[in-house]
Amino acid sequence: MSVRRGAALAPDTFRNPHMRHAADTVPAEVLGLPVLTLEGITKSFPGVKALSEVALELYPGQVTALVGENGAGKSTIVKVLTGIYQPDAGTIRLDGLPVTFPTARAATEAGITAIHQETVLFDELTVAENIFIGHAPRTRWGLIDWPELRRRAVEILDRIDARLDPMMPLKELGIANKHLVAIARALSIDARVVVMDEPTAALSQKEIEELYDLVERLKAEGRAILFISHKFDEIFRIADRFTVFRDGALAGSGLMSDVSESELVRMMVGRSVDHIFPARDKAPGREVLRVEGLSHPTEFDDLSFTLCEGEILGFYGLIGSGRSELMQAIFGITRASSGTVSLDGAALNIRAPADAIAAGIVYVPEDRGKQGAVIGLPIFQNITLPSLDQTSRQGFLKLAREFALARTYVERLELRAASLDQDVGNLSGGNQQKVVIAKWLATKPRVIILDEPTKGIDIGSKAAVHAFMAELAAEGLAVIMVSSEIPEIVGMSDRVIVMREGLMAAKVKGDDLTPEVLVRHAAGIAGASG
Amino acid sequence: MTYLLKSREALLVGVILVLVALIAGRFPAFVSPGNLARVFNDTAPLIILALGQTVVILTRCIDLSVAANLALTGMVCAMLNVAMPDLPIPVILGLALALGATMGAINGLLVWLLTIPPIVVTLGTMTIYRGTIFLISDGQWVNAHEMSAAFTGFPRSVLLGLPMLSWIAILVAATFLLAVRLTPLGRAFYAVGGNPHAAVYTGLDVGRTQFWAFVISGTLAGLTGYLWVARYSVAYVDIAGGFELEVVAACVIGGISIAGGAGTIAGAILGALFLGIVKNALPVIGVSPFWQMAISGTAIVIAVAFNARVSRAKGRIILKRAEGHA
Amino acid sequence: MTDATARHIPDRLVSPAARLLKSWETLLLAVALAIFVANSLASPYFLNAWNLSDATFNFTEKAMIAFAMALLIISGEIDLSVASIIALASTAMGAAVQAGAGTPVLVGIGLGTGLACGAVNGILVTRMGLPSIVVTIGTMSLFRGISYIALGDKVYKGYPSDFGYFGQGYVWWVFSFELVLFAILAVVYGVLLHKTNFGRAVYAIGNNPTAALFSGIRVQRVKFILFLLTGLMSGIAAICLTSRLGSTRPSIAFGWELEVVTMVVLGGVNILGGSGTIPGVVIAAFVMGLVTFGLGLLNVPGIVMSIFIGCLLIGVIALPRLWTMWRG
Repeated sequence: MSVRRGAALAPDTFRNPHMRHAADTVPAEVLGLPVLTLEGITKSFPGVKALSEVALELYPGQVTALVGENGAGKSTIVKVLTGIYQPDAGTIRLDGLPVTFPTARAATEAGITAIHQETVLFDELTVAENIFIGHAPRTRWGLIDWPELRRRAVEILDRIDARLDPMMPLKELGIANKHLVAIARALSIDARVVVMDEPTAALSQKEIEELYDLVERLKAEGRAILFISHKFDEIFRIADRFTVFRDGALAGSGLMSDVSESELVRMMVGRSVDHIFPARDKAPGREVLRVEGLSHPTEFDDLSFTLCEGEILGFYGLIGSGRSELMQAIFGITRASSGTVSLDGAALNIRAPADAIAAGIVYVPEDRGKQGAVIGLPIFQNITLPSLDQTSRQGFLKLAREFALARTYVERLELRAASLDQDVGNLSGGNQQKVVIAKWLATKPRVIILDEPTKGIDIGSKAAVHAFMAELAAEGLAVIMVSSEIPEIVGMSDRVIVMREGLMAAKVKGDDLTPEVLVRHAAGIAGASG
Repeated sequence: MTYLLKSREALLVGVILVLVALIAGRFPAFVSPGNLARVFNDTAPLIILALGQTVVILTRCIDLSVAANLALTGMVCAMLNVAMPDLPIPVILGLALALGATMGAINGLLVWLLTIPPIVVTLGTMTIYRGTIFLISDGQWVNAHEMSAAFTGFPRSVLLGLPMLSWIAILVAATFLLAVRLTPLGRAFYAVGGNPHAAVYTGLDVGRTQFWAFVISGTLAGLTGYLWVARYSVAYVDIAGGFELEVVAACVIGGISIAGGAGTIAGAILGALFLGIVKNALPVIGVSPFWQMAISGTAIVIAVAFNARVSRAKGRIILKRAEGHA
Repeated sequence: MTDATARHIPDRLVSPAARLLKSWETLLLAVALAIFVANSLASPYFLNAWNLSDATFNFTEKAMIAFAMALLIISGEIDLSVASIIALASTAMGAAVQAGAGTPVLVGIGLGTGLACGAVNGILVTRMGLPSIVVTIGTMSLFRGISYIALGDKVYKGYPSDFGYFGQGYVWWVFSFELVLFAILAVVYGVLLHKTNFGRAVYAIGNNPTAALFSGIRVQRVKFILFLLTGLMSGIAAICLTSRLGSTRPSIAFGWELEVVTMVVLGGVNILGGSGTIPGVVIAAFVMGLVTFGLGLLNVPGIVMSIFIGCLLIGVIALPRLWTMWRG
């Protein structure tokens, strides 16, 4: 295996040059005792030990990054902290005194608040209510004090420079503003500890910057922040300390200034993983897919590109740039308003995914749980779902053939499962993704579209997915990969199309294919070349 | 913004006004204050039950047992009155409320503690409650002459020109309009139905909130049970048979989303009024009352189609705005 | 992957037979047998071929609808208008009789009305994207409402004598036409749900409609077909019921929708969609029929039986949950 261009990305690439390392900004005298300490926390679920005697310390005015692979126990510890789960053993200390959080409310009253991964807001309630739900000011008869609620909401919204009408129903807001409300909510309880669970996962670059500013402000106010993230660039940028979980146990902790990226990775996976993208030396073959002038009423406009056999075409852009929508239009989920998609020179009339699949175009969606796997059905039925015509006879199921077909791809993808009739819901994220990929390979496609193929899966599975993509391309499959991870885009793609606000911002290949060029085009920064 | 939010209710008011105007154009007597008051009084039970159903639907549940609850409570009240004619009305009222609340609580507990889907629970308790009426009454009717004058007189007694039944509906409606906005429980109904997952994170107990919705719905069904039996001066196994669907219909027409978390108290009241006006107008304009069922069916389908279109159109606007922000 | 050892993954860990033994259907079958034994001990009239044959009329018509309803509920939808479709189809047939139609025409009208009603529900749900529970509460009023408009408080009678075969005729010995039709339909729906691609699509849609769509299943088309089938079954039930009663009133089959749903849920179909079997529904039909018949022999009035059915409906779901709560 040889190292490809872009593979050895240093975190410095993303660091804002005029911002000093975060740890440097904290005066030594502030580094006192931890506000919150967790010791020996253990939590088991039927069949799984989610946390095993883990420890965590959060200091006032500092950001502690919690890192770990998926399933390492990060979400569980957040739920323990916020009173959703009760630990089986261990102590939580607040200012050195032991406390328990029997309910979510108890944690809130102790000054612990969380901005969760999932949207935890209420569309039908007003902005003000969303900020204060659960602890709205009351009159002395126990009724909600609306004037006071409004006044306090304005106060908090002003603090984070959010110009929102507090009495507006939340459903009227866009995604970015909803996020501001979530933050305002976290601030509303005068929290001493703020937990941020992958807060930047759904944000655009500009919004991420605003979030970083906010984190700085929270630090300055002396709050302790627990920051959970998969993105190493942002961890190195904003965190002061780190704690690493591996398989539900503590794998390490310390100051960010004392650790390197590769050391962190080693702690996470328990072994040294050089993030190496597979070598791909075969030149792309003849043209397979041609998209011309494809437009959608609201999502994207006038997109044209071609794709060849054995080629990996990357699609980069910010969230909301229309990449997934474009792919879903090609796959027949949504209908394009104009333009053509042709395969091997013949124009296709794709009105539903079934048409696309029949033509040989398949799509691995971004949202695995909702769009990819049919949780509730066994592995083999998930795999054969689009291939039933192939395994059945005159519409009647042939189970033996289904098992055989599923087995072929399960073995090829090295899926880990107890049996083929196990519910896919019991598989890990990485293995679910393998089932979804197996499902599509079983249809023997010409073109495979992978939308954020490694989002939210652990590093081990990530490498396996990358290797497999290269293998597929080498076999002559035409691959489209939508990704927001720059190393992945740069490391895997032959060519990259950058999208911005529904339009094609650039086509990049060869020596131009660098992280900086991609970021500039995606953000629409003037002077972008290429 | 406010306009958009209120438009569904405004539209419903418009529809009702047009309807009334059309009827009044040919039959002016229909809009005489006396007749309108009569129509309102006739719709009062539907309004009360629709309000209870509204909070249940807001929490993503459904209560199909309200009519059976009503009938059982009504029968108990009637039999009690026969057995003890001197029992004062406030005691009977209190008993009706308590019995209704108990039946609501049974639904609520099954939904809360055993997490059985509400439609299954209330489908089951609907037949159980209805069957229980037969058990306690042995299938016999309780007729007007067996009831005391005070018992049947209460809902009809007139106060400031309106019968007590109407006043109770007004009182319940006013309480709901305020309580849903001012009490933490009222806001919790919206939160739990709108985003149950998030509700857990904010310390709201989804199951318990649903339990209280069922208790409220049951209590109002119990209250209506006494009022119904007293007003019509008869109690038997099948009273208000199938009325649960009319109640759900009033909510749907009023814009309460069956998916939970969306809809207003005013909407539910208007939905009930719409059905009540249609029902009362048919004989006036000389249409057979047999048309009523088909009309309310059509109204439900139109209302749900309209609600779906409104929310879909709004989704598109948000999409554009989000893009604008990005 | 670094430590990927080519491990053999078995097709199944639990054999289908072992799974069957622990299934809902087995439990339900035990309940059915217990009721059967209890009935035969309680009443000397129970174990009589003709009496038992009569008893099947308690459930055959509802069960025919329940088969299609089971598929519909597994797919995540519901149709509460089935009883009203019976009323409308019966009314249409009654009107045709007044116009002098013969039996073949009546059957055609019954089936056609059922299909048409199913299509209305299907279009409203799949084309307009409306929630089926509300839509069918609406069409439930609408369809029966049309019957009321047409009939008012009148009755249609005078069905041709050969029309009576569907609800009163016997194919052989004690086996009525309805019972034979029930058996045939049970097999047809069992095969359709458990042995065909279409059935697999129904399960996939019920578990995750979005992922099913993304897997190339024509979700709306499948759902539309299911509404059509439910309408068709209601039409067939309307023919049998009208034939058996020999008359049509607009209140015909009133409240049946809830009995059909009860039968389906009792049969182990998840009301939230995604799981359930036809054998389960068949056994549930027998359980409900046996209870009704057995209590009937003991002179227990029908409404008390409905209490029993209501308790059964809640009990069968509550007991396993209570059991796990108690053990946990």
